[in-house]
Amino acid sequence: MTLRRRDVLKAGGAATLAAIAGPLRPRAAGAQGWNQAAFGGKTLDEIIRALGGSGHAVTRDVSWGATPEIAENGAAVQVSVASTIPRTEAIGIVIEKNPGPLAAYFEIPDGTEPSVVTRFKMAQTSNVHAVVKARGTYFVATREIRVTFGGCG
Amino acid sequence: MAAPIRIRASMQADKVVVRVLMTHEMESGQRKDTDGKTVPAYYIREVSARHNGRPVLAAQWGPAVSKNPYLQFSFVGGKPGDRVAVTWIDNRGETRTDEAVVA
Repeated sequence: MTLRRRDVLKAGGAATLAAIAGPLRPRAAGAQGWNQAAFGGKTLDEIIRALGGSGHAVTRDVSWGATPEIAENGAAVQVSVASTIPRTEAIGIVIEKNPGPLAAYFEIPDGTEPSVVTRFKMAQTSNVHAVVKARGTYFVATREIRVTFGGCG
Repeated sequence: MAAPIRIRASMQADKVVVRVLMTHEMESGQRKDTDGKTVPAYYIREVSARHNGRPVLAAQWGPAVSKNPYLQFSFVGGKPGDRVAVTWIDNRGETRTDEAVVA
């Protein structure tokens, strides 16, 4: 990054300024890309609405991989979600009893497997929903994860 | 300056499996310090990954993602020697990008 900036300064000129404005733009757009309404949503329905859906269907076409049923440490619960719904476009993880239930939302372009693994903090035992968007429709699969030691902090 | 992102990208049959470990406090905004004051939220909000420049994942995260986040995903169409880059942006606007070569 530093090197690049130095090169840019050395080169100078309006053309170069335009060149650096380019790479900067995705970051600005990204800040708006974070869906505040969805992350502020308190219920599954609110969250799905904020993501652009209108209701959802229950699905069994989600596998939870090595996701535990009982987590000893709520500070890092490894959740693995894989969708077998054709043309999955996005996967969201909603932890019902967390202060902010929407924990993560992954957009899956063509060529990327509809499968993600991440670790989450869980305040207490809770239902965890995998929200799968496929062909514009929202599907939800649910599993309870029991937490024996909360990871609020 | 934030610590480097650790990225491992390896072929498994026809897929490139990417494992990412980021260094970040991921402060939830729920915790109180010893004086009883709320510790402000400080967390990664966006993560994106590119394979030879082509987007392969775009994520939005809330503060519930664990400290020093771990992420695993995979994509098809890669081969050994290809480059996988990962970028994160947190709620303070700090950002970090790192790259790995597919093994």
